[in-house]
Order: sequence, then C-alpha cells, then structure tokens
Amino acid sequence: MVKLIAKSPCDGLLPLTIGAATLTEVETGPITSISPFKGQEKAVSEALKAAHGTAFPAPNRTTAKDAARLIWSGRGQALMLGAVPQIESAALTDQSDAWCCVEIAGDGVQDVLARVTPVDTRAMKRGHTARTLVQHINVALTRTGKDRFEVMAMRSMAQTLVHDLQRAMSGVAARG
Amino acid sequence: MRIDGKGLVSRDKAVSFRFDGKSYSGFEGDTLASALLANDVRLVARSFKYHRPRGILTAGSEEPNALVTIGSGAGQEPNMRATVQEIFDGLEAHPQNAWPSLERDALSVNDLLSSFLSAGFYYKTFMWPKAFWEKLYEPIIRRAAGLGALSGETNADRYERAFAFCDVLVIGSGPSGLMAALTAAEAGADVILADEDSRMGGRLNAETREVDGQAGADWAATMLQKLSEMNNVRLMPRTTVTGAYDQGTYGALEKVGHHRQRRSDLPLECFWRIVAKQAVLCAGALERPVAFPNNDRPGIMTAGAVRTYLNRYGVAPGKSVTVFGNNDDAHRTAHDLAAAGVSIAGVIDSRGDAQIDGDFPVYTGGQVIATEGRLGLNEITVRHAGGQRTIRTDCLAMSGGWNPSVHLTCHMNGRPVWEPSILSFVPSDGAVPGLIPAGAATGHMSTAACLTSGIESAKIALQAIGLKAKNSKTPKAEDGTYNIAPLWYVEGKGRAWLDFQNDVTTKDIKLAAKENFRSVEHMKRYTTQGMATDQGKNSNVNALALLADVTGRGIPETGTTTFRPPYSPVSIAAMGQDAQGDGFAPQRFTTSHKASVARGAPMIEAGLWYRPSYFPTQGETTWRQSCDREVNMVRESVGICDVSTLGKIDIQGPDAGAFLDFVYCNTFSKLKVGRTRYGLMLREDGHVMDDGTTARLGEHHYVMTTTTAAAGQVMRHLEWVHQALRPELDVSFISVTEQWAQFAVAGPKSRELLNALIEEEITDDSWPFMACGPATVAGVNGRLFRISFSGEHAYEVAVPARYGDSLFRLLVAQAEALGGGAYGMEALNVLRIEKGFITHAEIHGRVTAFDIGMERMVSAKKDCIGKVMAARPGLVGNDREQLVGLKPVGNIKQLTAGAHLLEADAEAIRVNDQGYTTSVGFSPTLGSYLALAFLKNGRARHGETVRMVDHLRKIETLCEVCDPVFFDPEGGRVRG
Amino acid sequence: MRLTCPLCGERDRREFYYQGEAVMLDRPAPDAGDEAWDAYLHLRDNAAGETQDLWCHEAGCGAWIKVTRNTVTHEVLKTELVAK
Repeated sequence: MVKLIAKSPCDGLLPLTIGAATLTEVETGPITSISPFKGQEKAVSEALKAAHGTAFPAPNRTTAKDAARLIWSGRGQALMLGAVPQIESAALTDQSDAWCCVEIAGDGVQDVLARVTPVDTRAMKRGHTARTLVQHINVALTRTGKDRFEVMAMRSMAQTLVHDLQRAMSGVAARG
Repeated sequence: MRIDGKGLVSRDKAVSFRFDGKSYSGFEGDTLASALLANDVRLVARSFKYHRPRGILTAGSEEPNALVTIGSGAGQEPNMRATVQEIFDGLEAHPQNAWPSLERDALSVNDLLSSFLSAGFYYKTFMWPKAFWEKLYEPIIRRAAGLGALSGETNADRYERAFAFCDVLVIGSGPSGLMAALTAAEAGADVILADEDSRMGGRLNAETREVDGQAGADWAATMLQKLSEMNNVRLMPRTTVTGAYDQGTYGALEKVGHHRQRRSDLPLECFWRIVAKQAVLCAGALERPVAFPNNDRPGIMTAGAVRTYLNRYGVAPGKSVTVFGNNDDAHRTAHDLAAAGVSIAGVIDSRGDAQIDGDFPVYTGGQVIATEGRLGLNEITVRHAGGQRTIRTDCLAMSGGWNPSVHLTCHMNGRPVWEPSILSFVPSDGAVPGLIPAGAATGHMSTAACLTSGIESAKIALQAIGLKAKNSKTPKAEDGTYNIAPLWYVEGKGRAWLDFQNDVTTKDIKLAAKENFRSVEHMKRYTTQGMATDQGKNSNVNALALLADVTGRGIPETGTTTFRPPYSPVSIAAMGQDAQGDGFAPQRFTTSHKASVARGAPMIEAGLWYRPSYFPTQGETTWRQSCDREVNMVRESVGICDVSTLGKIDIQGPDAGAFLDFVYCNTFSKLKVGRTRYGLMLREDGHVMDDGTTARLGEHHYVMTTTTAAAGQVMRHLEWVHQALRPELDVSFISVTEQWAQFAVAGPKSRELLNALIEEEITDDSWPFMACGPATVAGVNGRLFRISFSGEHAYEVAVPARYGDSLFRLLVAQAEALGGGAYGMEALNVLRIEKGFITHAEIHGRVTAFDIGMERMVSAKKDCIGKVMAARPGLVGNDREQLVGLKPVGNIKQLTAGAHLLEADAEAIRVNDQGYTTSVGFSPTLGSYLALAFLKNGRARHGETVRMVDHLRKIETLCEVCDPVFFDPEGGRVRG
Repeated sequence: MRLTCPLCGERDRREFYYQGEAVMLDRPAPDAGDEAWDAYLHLRDNAAGETQDLWCHEAGCGAWIKVTRNTVTHEVLKTELVAK
C-alpha cells in the first residue's frame, strides 16, 4: 500500500534570520478547537482541569500544563495544542492541519510586529493572546516570552504570512 | 554666504550635492535650501502659472516656492521642498516647471500676459468651441501650468506602515513640546514626541534667546538627551503628524530614507497610526508674508526664515539685508544679523510708533511699495513717514505676524477663533477630544509663556489619564510682549502676491469679491488661493483679511476655510504602504499548488485563492484544446480536481439540525446520518445567498460546504443568525476549510481508482449516491463523500491538509494510469454547464429560488431566513427572468456571457430586453456552445428561438431555449 | 476610529465589519405582515446624533457587537455583545 507523505505548512519557507529577528516554524502537535455547549462553560473548564490540569482560558489569555496548551481563540472558543482534549460537553474539532504557526523572536521583535499588527504588543504580557490581524491576515498572536511571539494563521496563507513578516523584519533591520 | 562661527551644522563634515546640473558643497545638517543660500544661489524655481523666477521664502515645510525634483529615473520625487530636504553625498536636485532653463524660461511669457490670466480665466476664456477643451486647451494648460512630474515608471522604493500606542503624544518639539513631553514623562506616562524636523527643538534652534542661561539650542539638546534616556519616551524626528482622527488616532508620516542614499531594503517613508490616550499640540506658529508689489522676487523671505538660516545653518541669505514688518518680532532679524556682522540696509516698520534700537537706518510708518531685480532682488522702494527712498538690498526679510498652527484642531470639524491681540486665529476649545493645544499654537508668543503652557497642557493631559505631574520648576526665558498692528497688504503699482505657489495676487481676491464670490469658500475655489501644496499656510490669513476689507466685513465674520488632513503633503505611495505586488492582498494556496504549477497549469484567482485553469499536455497550444480533453476525460474515464477552496464549516450541537433548518430553505434535521444533501441558503430579503452540500456525520454533527467565493460571508452570516436571532439554539460551528485537503475524483472510473487507495470497499451499497463517511485513504484517516458537480459517478475525498500534496500527486498518477488525469477550472465549468449546475455567475445576488427553479425547496413546514420575503409580490411570477439553457441554432455558433436576450426579430434596445446570459462554454460532449441564461418567463418558453446580442463583442446569435440540464437529464450517470 | 470589543478590548476599526442599524436585531414574526418586514429590512432612521448599529469583530473574536455612538460627534458611547 502506498503511503502519504506529510508536509508542514511552512515547508520550504522557514527558518529566516534578518537583523536581530528570527522567524521559525513551530511544531504545535495536535490542535483541537473546543467550544463548550450551552451552559457547559464551567463543566468544560473543570473537565479540562481534571484531565489536563489546565482551565479553559479567559478571553485574550492562555493556560498551559506540561505539553498541553490552551489558547483562547474567539467567542466561546479555545484551541488545545500539544494534546487532544479528553472531555465531553463541548464541540471538539480537529484543527491540527488548519493552522500554520510561526515564532518571531529577537531584539526589536515588537518593532517588527508594530509594522504588521494594529494591536499594542507592549501591553501584552507573557501568556497573553489576541485575535487580530497581521497585515490583511486574521491571526492569533500570543506572547510567549520577553522578545518572543507566536503567530498562528490559516495554513493556506503561510506564504503571505512569511512574506509580510519578512518585509517588516527587513524594514526594521535596514534602519540599523 | 556662510558666516563663521554661526549655526548648528557640522562644519567638519562636508557634503557634496548637485543642483540644476552643477556641483555644490554644504555641511551635514544643511537642508538643500540652506546649502544653496550658502552658495549664494537664490533662483531655485519658477512659479506655477506665470513662471515667475522664485527663490526660497521660508525655512520649513510650509515652503511654497522652492519645490524641486529629487533624483532621477523611476524613483524621482517631484515637488520636494528644498527647505526640508536634507542634503547628503550624491544628492541630485532638479528645478521643475522651467524650460529650457531656470534663467531663461520660455513660458515666462505668461507673466507678460498676466492681465489675461487672472482668477477664473480658464472659465471665461476657454468656453468655446466646446470640443477644443479636451483636445486642445486642457493639454496646453496642463503643460504650461504645473509642478514636477513623476517618472511614469514603476517605482521600486519601499514604503511602510506601522502602529504605535502611547499615553501622551506630544506634537512638536519646541519649548512647549519639550516641557510637555518632560512633564508627562516624569509623571510616568508613556510618551511619544514627534516632530517633522530632522533636528528637534523647534524655534529654539533658530533663535538666539537663552533658556535657563543656556543658548536655546543647547538647552533643547540637553532636554532631548534627557528625554532619550527615559525608557517611557520615544522620540520621533522627521515625523509629521498629518491628521487627527476619531478616538485618539493620529496619522503621522515618518521620512526614513529621504536624507540618505537610496537603499532597496530601507523604506523611504513610513506611515504611522499613533493611538494616544491624550495629545498635546505644540505645533508652533508660522510667519505670514506681507502682500506688497512684486513681493515674490528671489531674496524676499520671511523674517523668521532669515533668522533660521543665520542661527541654525550659519548662512546669511544676503550681503545687505532689509527688514520689513508690522511687529516687534521682526526686529530680532535685524539684531541677529547685525550681531553676526551682516550689513543691515534698513528696517522698515509699518507702525508709526515702533520702538527700535540699532545701528542701522530705521523707517517707521514705512511700507515697501516696489522691488526690482529680474532673477533676484537688488533694490526696494520705501514710502515712509519722512518721504520715499530707494534702497539697494539683496535680501528683504518680511513679517506680517505669526499664525498659530491650528491645523490639527480643525481636522474634526473644529473652527478656529479670531484673536485680536495677535491678529490671527487660535484653536477653539475642545476642538478635537483629547487634543490639548499649547504654546505658540495657542497664540503664546514668548519663550517663557510657551514653556509654561507646555507644562500646563501636559498636566491637563495627565489628569485625564489619572496621572499626577511632579513639581518641577519652569525654566527661565525671555517673556517679551508681542506687539503687532494690522498690515495685510500694501497698495501700489504691480501685483502683490498672496499665494506664491498658485500665483494668486491681491488683484485676484478683489476680482473675486467684485464678481460676487464673497464667501471665503467661494473665493478660495475661484482664485485657487490656499489650494497649493502649502494649503494656504502662507496666504490664508492675508487673503481673508483682504476679502474682509473689500467686502466691508470684519475678519471674524468673513471666517476661514477649513483645514483638512494631511497637515503637509503625503505621497500616494506612502498611503499605499507597501500594498503592492505580493503585499497587495493575501494569497491563499491549496496543497496541490506546487504540483499544479509544476504541470504547467496557469493559475487564476478565485477570491484570494489560486486555482489551476487547465493542465496543458504536449502538443496543446490553446486552452480550449486542454479544456476539451479534460472534459472528455471526466466523461470517459476519471479526472482529479482540487476542491479544497470550497468553504467547509463544522457544525456541532444538539440543535445543529434545527439551526440548519433555519439558515437553509430546505430541511436538514431529517437527513440520515451518513448522507449528504444539497442546500440553498437565502438572504433575509428573499434572494439566494449561497448553495452547497451539507453532510451529516453524526446525530449532532454536520459539515456544511459553501462556495469558494462566499465562504467568509456565510461564516459571518451563521454567526449573525446564531448570536443575534437564535441564541437559544445549542450549536457551535467553526471553519474547517483549512484542515482538509479535498479532491474531486470524477468519472466512470472513479470508483475503480479509489478502491485501490481506500481500505473500506466502495460499492453501490456501501457508498450510494450522496453517501458520506469516514474512510481510510492510503492509511490516513480521511472522509469520503459521493457527490458530483460534473454529473458523473464521482466522489470527493478529503485528508488532513498535511497530506494534500502527496494525495494529489498520487490521485493524478493513478488517474493517468486509467486514461484520465487532472482537470482545471475551465473543464470544471464546462462540465457543470452541461449539467445546468449553478454557480455565483447565476446566483449573483438578484435571483430567487423561484428564478432558478428551486422554489419547491423552500419548505412550507418551517420558518427560515428569507422565506417571508421570498414570497413577496415581485419576487415570484411569470414576468421574472428564469433560468434556462440556450443552444445556438443559426449560422453563428458562438455564445458569450453577459449578452442580452431579445425576441428573434426585436430591435436591440433596452425596452425589448428579455434577459441575459450568465455562463457560457463549449461542450465537447455535445459539440456545441451552451449557455445558461435568465429569460423572462423562460420555463414556459422551451423550444422558442431568441436572439442573443452582445454589443461589446459585436456578436448576434440565434438560440433555442431549452432546459438548463443539457446532458444526461435523467441523472443515470451519477448513480451508475 | 476605535471600537471596544467587549471580549477583546479596544481595537482599530479595520478589525470590524459594519452591518447597519441595530433594527436588524428585532426580526419580525413570519406573519407580521409586509409593512413590518419592509421596515425591518429597508427603513432606517439615519439619525444625526445618537444611533445604535451592529458591527462584527470579524478579524478578531467573531463576536457581533451593538455599538451606541453619536454620528455627529463620533463619540462611541457603549458597546455590548449582541448575544448575552
């Protein structure tokens, strides 16, 4: 029997280093969207805590325990990365292949992001997340460290995402 | 002429540049204007209409005269102001609007014809013959009257956009701006200090007055050093705040690359959107000229500009300077020049009681009534209390007083108010929410008052955001009074300029008033005063004071025109902000993109997606050959097509069925698990929004498909319906378009192909038409749908997107082994037209379920979006245009999309219109062009002959009206 | 222009899709009659002053938001989720 070969969303596009900033693809592991059914928000959060040790995140926040990460991703919705949620009372949808996820890091990374996103990344603390734009692309932007952010976008737009971030990185680097 | 020991330029860093083909030398820190003046170049431009010789009037961004073109070739930049263009090694500047040369400009003949070229002359002169306007007059006028030109080539320069956020934005870095920024920063606010100048400090760099015992420029430098060391302060030099917008948003243009050699990776400009909780406007004031006869000669400058050139750049703009003004501030120019050893040929003050000490001739109660010098000033005539005399002078510094820079306070409809004590306008209170004007922008004219005002304004801003200013002492500075008496224009022989760039003189304003253009807005448009690139910064107050005089009104009653963004010119490229090429719009690529391109498929855009048109094989030279082959391939063996671009929405929850029943006009709650159904979605106004199939994967689990084009719209619609109209339904949905790579496998051999790849055996029993369910595809968990958009026995097979590339290559290879292969959009389109399947070419927003023959799908048993309005009068009935098929029957065999339909012998005019074609293709299966069309009462007219008329392509074809399903109307193939 | 999404906080206008007046929230019953449906779909006050309209935080969390604002002063007075 033939075997299908898997390709990552940023296959052939990354990594990149321009100036002080680096752009790399993140291997997220499985991604599942979790939307609690009506009135089940609390039950779902409890179940997540019991099964994975992580509560359902508040808007614009993430939670994590071991390999499992939960990223708030919209109204009544969060994404679990790194583990498959073992819970009920919520709509669970496999999104493992729907996203491309990149990490942008390095000195001046916020100057780079200021060129592509209309949110104030300086107001975001580690673990904060925002559903917003990178240029014209809908993204989930998460701060993962002092000079470190993760950007998740639709898989089909991986090339544009890399293009837009690359332009911003080179514009910042050229100023020296 | 450079003055030793004066100025802030780096004397140890010489810079060489070219202007008008000649090489010159300046210093780092010079503008093009200061460097040209240092080289005694006074003539730098020709005026817009009369081609008058012009020099440098100001020392800032308000410059109306000294416009030049920078660089050459694709990236040449026209209309750059020499007064703000910094020089750098290799800078090339060219004069504009002059031919054959600056000194001998042929079109200066316009100046001699000036009596025919007054305000409104276009309207009066070029009225007839009418046809001459477009062909003759307008091209000539455009050539004669103009500024610089673009290259017309594609410009490779980069432009950038950026966002910034702060607590307090301070606009302008003069004395009030520095104090506002420091006060806010010391209170702990996050501060941005922006200034259009390359060197911050405002007029402190241009004056000799001291602050806290230090030279003003030194004090400013100390302050800036202090601010730059605070990590809650960002300094943004070369950044002009161009506009004030809603909720504390400010537009700002940063010049990034204009002051150095072009580099391909460095943006030329960056357009910022700065979001500020509060802003302090410390934009200062601009000096206005005086309108006296022939006041536009090179060498006549504003008095403040002369001081800037002297004190900041160490340049004396003349050897023998005269000063003419109506206020005490102008006297500083004479004192500073005299102190620097420059000869003062006279100070003329229009006020009879003016007090001036100095070692130079003084003419009180005086006015300049004439000037001489063809390419540069050499003489003025002064009428004064003691008589009249002629003075030899090569530079006249004039001052009509200072106008506060109120511009940004007007950007949200605020109107400035007249302040008699300074004879100018000041900002009205609260004109822009959260924007606090300070310093000279509010009419404070002494340094001490500006310093205090900056502190006080910052305190207001701080209070608004809940911070408290620390107590700090106000620096000591001069606190003189600003005495001024009205002097708007001087009567005399010859024209007196108001708007230098647009060549508007006092005569034009008087003419406008005489012809009853008495409103300030009418006067502006009739004369073009204030419509040049300086937007009236130099001319507005003088012009409306004159209009007030000649119409017998006061200035406040005359009013002022509105200042709108941008404060100073912003290039279109800067506003475009890199939205060109790959940055224009996101590109969405399917997982089969690379494989398709490798097979030579031309890609076409479908929304943001890119899809293959067709897959050419050896020997095929036209798209039609490929398309015909691909259609035959699907009808005879098997074809593969990437359909991942269709929207896919995962819908789960106990009320999923009820929700679908409400958004679709047909019923889904009763669909069996493991089955798929075609659904039609209406807008609330009764027209069709979208269509697609929805599969029921489980009791509470569906997957909806949408068309590629409407995926985003449908998702937003579902959110709307759920959140706003049916929040009681327990259902949630999420897009899974990106999760799955999905391929159509279509044709009589499709089952054979898939049975070799899929673990579960596909039979008519296990996978009947419209069945769906999980399937193991080459070892991967996928999904299989037996659905068809071609009318053939067909499937859609889906796998997680990571395997899409691999599966596509595998499917195409297997298909080729069976005599099939990949097919593109062209073949897909022909296949569906043959079957009468609709796309958004048909459901284009104005058609109803009735029009496309699907009114029976609207369930009578339930309410749904659009149901009520679909039944309203006008949306049903035989006069509606209904979906039909068309086949050519006459000698002409071609059909075209978008053509009109008429009775066979009716005249092709609007009133006879019977409908239109929507989709057209050549069917190799039937050997004929086929069209889908909308025709009045079309369903009752099958068999009739109508005429298709395409006025654009000049094609008329006789057609037979038929059922839109041309091929296999019984549907035997899809089930077989 | 900036709007405060009740979930995401204050955001730039570019993240929002504009729908129209909040009248759209009060969908008439199927038998409400032509006039009620006509008013629901087509008739708008277009007030100079305070108005309520609907925005979708489309480039954000996907929430539909009712915005109370003043069309003369451009002041945004209130934003609330359409679905409580």
